[in-house]
Amino acid sequence: MNVILISVILLAVVGGVSALILYFVAQKFHVLEDARIDVVQEILPAANCGGCGYPGCRGFAEACVKADTLEGLYCPVGGSEVMSKVGSILGREAAQTVPMVAVVRCQGDCDKRPQTNEYDGPTNCSIATSLYGGDTDCSYGCLGHGDCVVVCGFDAIKMNPETRLPEVDEDKCTGCNACVKACPKVIIELRKKGPRSRRIYVGCVSKDKGAQTKNACAVGCIGCSKCFKVCEFDAITITNNLAYIDPNKCKLCRKCPEVCPTNAIVELNCPPRKKKEEDVISND
Amino acid sequence: MRTFRIGGVHPPENKLSAGQIIEEIGLPKQVIIPLAQNLGAPSTAIVNKGDEVKVGTIIGRSSGFVSSNLHSSVSGKVAKVDQSLDASGYRRPSVFIDVIGDEWEESIDRSTNLKNECDLSAEEILKKIGEFGIVGLGGATFPTQVKLMPLPGKKAEILIINAVECEPYLTSDHALMMEKSDEIMVGIQILMKAINVTRTVIGIENNKPDAIVLMTQKALKYKGVEVMQLKVQYPQGGEKQLIDAVIRRQVPNGALPIATGAIVQNVATAFAVYEAIQKNKPLIDRVVTVTGKSIVKPSNYKARIGIPMQMLMDAAGGLPEDTGKIISGGPMMGKAIVSLDIPVVKGTSGILVLPDFESQRAKMKNCIRCSKCVSVCPMGLEPYLLGSIGEMQLWDRAEKEDVMNCIECGCCSYTCPSGRPLVDFIRLGKTKVSAIIRARK
Amino acid sequence: MSRKLFVSPSPHVHSGDSVSSNMYGVIIALIPAFVASIYFFGLGALTVTFTAVAACLLFEFLVQKYLIKGEFTLNDGSALLTGLLLSFNLPSNLPLWIVIIGAFVSIVIAKMSFGGLGNNLFNPALVGRVFLLISFPAQMTTWPVGGTADRFTTVDVATGATHLMPLKGMGGDLLTYADLFFGKMGGSLGEVSAFALLIGFAFMLWRKIITWHIPVSIFASVAIFALLLKADPIAHLFSGGLMLGAIFMATDYVSSPMSKSGMILYGVLIGFLTLLIRKYGAYPEGVSFAILLMNSVTPIINMYMKPKRFGEVVKNG
Repeated sequence: MNVILISVILLAVVGGVSALILYFVAQKFHVLEDARIDVVQEILPAANCGGCGYPGCRGFAEACVKADTLEGLYCPVGGSEVMSKVGSILGREAAQTVPMVAVVRCQGDCDKRPQTNEYDGPTNCSIATSLYGGDTDCSYGCLGHGDCVVVCGFDAIKMNPETRLPEVDEDKCTGCNACVKACPKVIIELRKKGPRSRRIYVGCVSKDKGAQTKNACAVGCIGCSKCFKVCEFDAITITNNLAYIDPNKCKLCRKCPEVCPTNAIVELNCPPRKKKEEDVISND
Repeated sequence: MRTFRIGGVHPPENKLSAGQIIEEIGLPKQVIIPLAQNLGAPSTAIVNKGDEVKVGTIIGRSSGFVSSNLHSSVSGKVAKVDQSLDASGYRRPSVFIDVIGDEWEESIDRSTNLKNECDLSAEEILKKIGEFGIVGLGGATFPTQVKLMPLPGKKAEILIINAVECEPYLTSDHALMMEKSDEIMVGIQILMKAINVTRTVIGIENNKPDAIVLMTQKALKYKGVEVMQLKVQYPQGGEKQLIDAVIRRQVPNGALPIATGAIVQNVATAFAVYEAIQKNKPLIDRVVTVTGKSIVKPSNYKARIGIPMQMLMDAAGGLPEDTGKIISGGPMMGKAIVSLDIPVVKGTSGILVLPDFESQRAKMKNCIRCSKCVSVCPMGLEPYLLGSIGEMQLWDRAEKEDVMNCIECGCCSYTCPSGRPLVDFIRLGKTKVSAIIRARK
Repeated sequence: MSRKLFVSPSPHVHSGDSVSSNMYGVIIALIPAFVASIYFFGLGALTVTFTAVAACLLFEFLVQKYLIKGEFTLNDGSALLTGLLLSFNLPSNLPLWIVIIGAFVSIVIAKMSFGGLGNNLFNPALVGRVFLLISFPAQMTTWPVGGTADRFTTVDVATGATHLMPLKGMGGDLLTYADLFFGKMGGSLGEVSAFALLIGFAFMLWRKIITWHIPVSIFASVAIFALLLKADPIAHLFSGGLMLGAIFMATDYVSSPMSKSGMILYGVLIGFLTLLIRKYGAYPEGVSFAILLMNSVTPIINMYMKPKRFGEVVKNG
């Protein structure tokens, strides 16, 4: 009985003293934080992707609360919706931004861009890039080792084992820019999602001369400038044998993909064109 | 016998082409001379399509402090200045020259007689070395005049000649020593004058006994020059390792090798310096070993810069059927190349062909923490740790663990029982960390 | 050229060393001790060893087939080695069902639940042994005395204590040094013959499977601390599981430190803890506990005991 009593008292005393110490320490070292940081953080997607340029969602929330305006602060994952909520909490105007999505500017799958050697190093695009131009004749194209897949925090980019090219799931893609930063070949670009997700872009980043590109890949941009000539909106520029379509000027008139001799220009989510006669025949 | 004091491995030497005399390779129809042949900034082309050049005509100018001049290795007409695949694995600007005849610049002394005297001052020697496009021929291709340049407050006490050739298979330096020992000695004298030192040690590994005997004998005639026999150990040819082996001083962490009072030059560079200073001949050719277990005739060739590697391979009996991998350089630090059409450059010490069964890496397994990589690392690093840090992309941590000290010798990957690509990830870490450091400045 | 060339970063050659060659090297090094155990303990040694090895292989196979579903690593020899080392730490007259429990703990709990070879924190065989030692203390600490029993029968033989009991003053006679060295004493089946274990040590040093740092620092620290604690250093070195522990258990790749200085610290502390436990602990034997304790410190040792970087200390001359 005595033993039990002593134990209970001792434990109670130890517990009580510890509680007191904890209480005073908590008082002394208490950090006053703006309560709004927690509220803002609640709204944010909690992906901690770093797409906003701050270390995690907490960092972004702090930055939002501290800043005088929300200009330059944007959560690419949550988009305008989340930003306007943040704006309403803080009583500030949130900038309206267009939703962005990642596009992969290489279409050189195994058939169209034949393999010329076999890479036998670690499955890592950065390591392969520092070694050489890649296992095809095109030193600009996708290496297919999936650095972009690894960094994607939203499961939105997947390597297609058949084509050895990454594919973006545009419903999941939040435009956080992580894959763009990870790609050592700068193949991935963030583009405006576009009306009804329709986008037209050049699916190639090869700066090689036309003949060289053609030699290496069937769907490379050879810099022939046919698209440049057909474009009525000055949206297309050609530098270093490579065409680029400015998403801000492009009106999605769909003339350029038609004239491209190598089918290097990609139209996404556009309704099917009227089939030409020859196509109909070949499809039968 | 001496060697460096930390780590190292001893891979099978496989010096198949040892003892082969240096044969001269003929001229192709066209040479391709890449503009980026030295460490640092590439040269700027100063010729245009249609220009006529002779052997030794300058075609590229140094474009910065760490950069060097480039000369035509053939006579003929410039066909174009265009992109061409080189040993870097990328297409880079190169000068294409159609070969017509073999006409040399008049100033070049093509006689073979030894010219001993050199009455140039140290500054004049440095200037001439720079003009004639000499770079370190051990493989790093660091512009020689920059390396020899006196630094304020740093005094060179000793010249170390790197004749170690620690890479397995390669024999180009060995062959050069056997045939051009006198010229090398004169080259050493010129280098000593240029950096104002009175003592030179030629470091040779003891798997080249004939070269040790010959060089020791020749060195007797020259004051202050001695030959040091070194125990075979890779990477003894690394600058820091060689200094440690020869004078027992370690280059302090983060300092330049001159901090130990030593300047290291490759033996082939010493020969190139001789030719430049005494014969007015720019760096337009070099000795290249063509070797491999399936090669019909492993040989050492004297090849002009810019000729396709295919020519050397043909001379050695053609590319074997069972070829799995072609390497420019040695097996430990050389670069795998994708085609033999790429040109020989200043840094090409050898072309090694590995047969199929040696070409593929073993399957990677879990790290079993056997610590063998730690014991072989010549820089005293922990490759297992740096490797996994690299895989996890923790670059801050990599910097703290001294990733920048790595010399990429590959001892860790070579020795790893689990077949882990340690040095690949360490190299990646170095690239990322140096970018971070640059961004900080 | 018909085929495509391979391209990979340097180095392009490999030493040819592999996980399995190291594991089988250790297994070869254990052969002398195995022969000695059969000589001293007869059939019992054989059945215990066989059961432990078979159970370890089976458990690893089952885990990989039904739980982890990864690549099969049975042929790398590490499960075989764990089984061998576990059996070497058991008495030859241990009931076989206890052996199987030990194998289960070693493979399933100590190795595979951490993610397999390379990820385990503790030496699997030792975890198995210590688990059995705590769970079945009576069975685990009575041994047939080596060389006295009728070797090829399985009937109950005279059982005795290890030499550590008399050393600790727990009764029993002190043995001669020769008996200690060659193993004519009671003990777990693999630990008795220091001579056989030292042959294995020499083999592993020659094949460069391990370095001398860990075993030698354990030997030295045991000897020194024994002297300091006024015990017989030679008797302590050659009795109990010290030789087996120092040569084969403490040097386990996965659970030992990476740098040379770390290895020496690790070895010294193992020797120290062993002596402390032997002298003042409740158990007569302390090697297993000492090694397991130090296993848990290995990550900290790795963090602070770095190899000497090149150029860190400039030595001249």
